[in-house]
Amino acid sequence: MGLILRIRRGFSSLFRIFKRKNKLRIGIYGPPNAGKTTLANRILLDWVGDVMGPVSEIPHETRRARLREGVKIDVDGRTITIDIVDTPGLATKIDFHEFLRYGLSEEEAKRRAKEATEGVIEAIKWLDDLDGVILVMDSTEDPFTQVNITMVGNIEARKIPLIIAANKIDLPNASPARIKSAFPQHTVIPISALKGLNMDTFYRVLAEKFG
Amino acid sequence: MIMEVKLNLISRERLEKMGTMEKLRMILDEVKSGKIVVLESGLTPEEEAKLIEMTMLEIDHENFVGIEVESYPHKSSGFLSKLLGKRGGRLMVIGPANRLKTIEKREDIIEALIRG
Repeated sequence: MGLILRIRRGFSSLFRIFKRKNKLRIGIYGPPNAGKTTLANRILLDWVGDVMGPVSEIPHETRRARLREGVKIDVDGRTITIDIVDTPGLATKIDFHEFLRYGLSEEEAKRRAKEATEGVIEAIKWLDDLDGVILVMDSTEDPFTQVNITMVGNIEARKIPLIIAANKIDLPNASPARIKSAFPQHTVIPISALKGLNMDTFYRVLAEKFG
Repeated sequence: MIMEVKLNLISRERLEKMGTMEKLRMILDEVKSGKIVVLESGLTPEEEAKLIEMTMLEIDHENFVGIEVESYPHKSSGFLSKLLGKRGGRLMVIGPANRLKTIEKREDIIEALIRG
């Protein structure tokens, strides 16, 4: 990385520290089907009484980043106001044949795949405009995926605060401990966004980390 | 019938002489032609993100559906290395998604399958 870029990053981190009190923009990231939109919906349902967008078992349901501004979260008498960016699922490959298995026509599957590739690019570009990241991982799956490794590396390089949400703990084969041991240097909170499990702890950590 | 798989093993010295775009273009061109590229010192996280972006732009939904990347988690570098901008990147293997498949990945071992 060039010297100028490193200096710019340094100033950006410093600027974020001063900026964070007024407006916090938090991105929800992760691979497809980890539960990013389910978590965004859970946060909005708990604090605004609304939802961010539809969820689906078909991967890449979210293909455009969605922004919800001014979500107030109160924890133990402390209030933080955040903007939430629900990003499309990150992937290194997108094969339209995968969507055919869910009953989509070839035309629909190809359109979905094309939009999904654009969504991945958009999600990566959003990283430059965030004050914090919630990285959602499916705790029933192997955490050592390339998407997780690349995301953690990029968030560390940008010096953005990170919370890893070990999602889907309601499922019998969930192992949040595996995620904790894979990324021991980061805060890992086991949750079920779908069932609302352990969300009090999640909000407390959110307020501590980003507030 | 024996299926051949071409591997390109790129040394740390060679990688250090290349700029980011030069590296990424070389990787994508090789991978799109069906080769497996092995980088002795890997890519930086920023370069990895850029590689994903470029890959997404080049997916044509017929012949090229993306890449499979095998690398270990990044290790934080020491103060002096950061100051000098030096990095001790780790081995990285990149291939076409339809030929390279991860079987298991752990902190220090990667098991992968290459289809001929």
